[in-house]
Amino acid sequence: MYNAWLHRYTLVVAICTLFLVVAGGLVTSNDAGLSVPDWPLSYGKLMPPMEGGIFFEHGHRMVATMVGMLTIVLAIWLWRSEPRRWMRRLGFIALAAVISQGLLGGATVIFMLPKPVSISHACLAQLFFSTTVLIALFTSAGWGREATMVEDSGSPSLHLLAAAVPLCVLLQLALGAAARHKALGVLPHVVGAAIVTGMILWLVVRALVHAPLRGSALVLLAIAISQVFLGIAAYMSRIATLDAVQPMAVMVGFTVAHVAVGALTMAASVVMAVQVFRHVRRPLPHMTAGAAVEA
Amino acid sequence: MRRFLIGCGAASLLLLAGCGGSNQSESVKPKEEATKTAAGTPPATDEANAGSVTGKVSFSGDKPVMKNLSMDATPACARAHSTPQKSQEVIVNGNGTLKNVFVWVKSGLPDKQWTPPAGAIKLEQKGCMYEPHVFGVMANQDIEITNDDPTNHNIHPLPKDNKEWNESQPPKGDPKKKSFARQEVMIPVKCNVHPWMRAYIGVVNHPFFAVTGDDGTFTLKGVPPGTYKIEAWHEKFGAKEMDVTVAPKDSKTADFEFKG
Repeated sequence: MYNAWLHRYTLVVAICTLFLVVAGGLVTSNDAGLSVPDWPLSYGKLMPPMEGGIFFEHGHRMVATMVGMLTIVLAIWLWRSEPRRWMRRLGFIALAAVISQGLLGGATVIFMLPKPVSISHACLAQLFFSTTVLIALFTSAGWGREATMVEDSGSPSLHLLAAAVPLCVLLQLALGAAARHKALGVLPHVVGAAIVTGMILWLVVRALVHAPLRGSALVLLAIAISQVFLGIAAYMSRIATLDAVQPMAVMVGFTVAHVAVGALTMAASVVMAVQVFRHVRRPLPHMTAGAAVEA
Repeated sequence: MRRFLIGCGAASLLLLAGCGGSNQSESVKPKEEATKTAAGTPPATDEANAGSVTGKVSFSGDKPVMKNLSMDATPACARAHSTPQKSQEVIVNGNGTLKNVFVWVKSGLPDKQWTPPAGAIKLEQKGCMYEPHVFGVMANQDIEITNDDPTNHNIHPLPKDNKEWNESQPPKGDPKKKSFARQEVMIPVKCNVHPWMRAYIGVVNHPFFAVTGDDGTFTLKGVPPGTYKIEAWHEKFGAKEMDVTVAPKDSKTADFEFKG
């Protein structure tokens, strides 16, 4: 079942998607979202002069086109070679997501950055990246091996905790996008950061005791810690350059890194959840009922 | 696993729908037309006895040092200047007055519909800077926008009460004629290609407005006798108001001061 070339290709798609998230972050941070007023062409051309804000906006469109094409190939490859029906479907879900993402991107230009559309564009980017990472995970050699099962009797169940964390991270990413697009202040995102970090720490502490989950847990922990520091740096750099008459490199750098590591946090939390559901035996209903009676 | 994935997908879609639904884009809000009477016929104004309001806008406090603009991202812009250009946010004249302050009669005028001039106000994009940086027009008066630069610009006004638009203009492209239908003080204009470019337009229903220049003074001519609220607006320091009564053929003085 393992197809090394397919797996390598999925990794390329995931890496290119992360690069696309970075390119999108550069557009917003450089205030270049409307530097190209037309869509799908740019200044009526396929290739406008790449200068100033056009470099960021049209560059983002070029990377998005490349990722779109890579995703079309991925969906076809999965459809032709994957014996698992749900994997074939996942390929088409990814394709539908990237097409929707392109249309949302076009809508942000045509309707001049309406906040709900811009925030949805940012959220879907994170979901699409997580989908590409999941496809890479499901096509890996390790996924084909028999899973080592572990027991966990903690409360709340590890399954519940692992499922809740990606949802909290997505909500937090939405709050971040809302702050970036000035739909909300930064305070909800800061409060959300404290909650999400706490949730991730809780999940990691619970997961670290189980050998099959240790790798995913440590990766999630490292990414989450980096993200907290990048968030502080992005905020401080924004405060420090508040009076600037144009976007400053220090602010752009930290903010875009924060966006990119946000995408990694989302993907790592989704992978962690998948690993929990794969390796941790679900408590049987009668055991749960028994525990409730004892309590 | 299948159930988990389906559950995750459904929850994510719900969240996505939730995170995108809070704000609508800025819509054009109809504004009461202050220049029309209830009957729709403009009353006569006492133009024969019109006076004027003159004044200066002074600045006190430490003179701010304006930052250099970095035009490196567009070499054509950088080449247009022999020395680095500075931000135009605060320009303190040699005599201690402020440049680029928009002064206008905010309220008190009789209900009359003033006809906008036939001539257009020119907004140039030159050396990747807007010229003028701050200016006023009457509602429905044409603004002729030109691009004298060897680079693309996009012109993107950000009004609250008027219709927002965003259009590109190629190097040495044909001039664009635009106007704003409703009174709005002020409308920022930006170029997203060159993020340092910013201008401000004061759109007013009447002709009684001015912008301070190199000597920091202003004159509002032909003001009918009456008591008015005069407002002085600066992009960094905000707005200040003053009540002024103009007698027939009177020349009043209204000096403003902004503190740094």
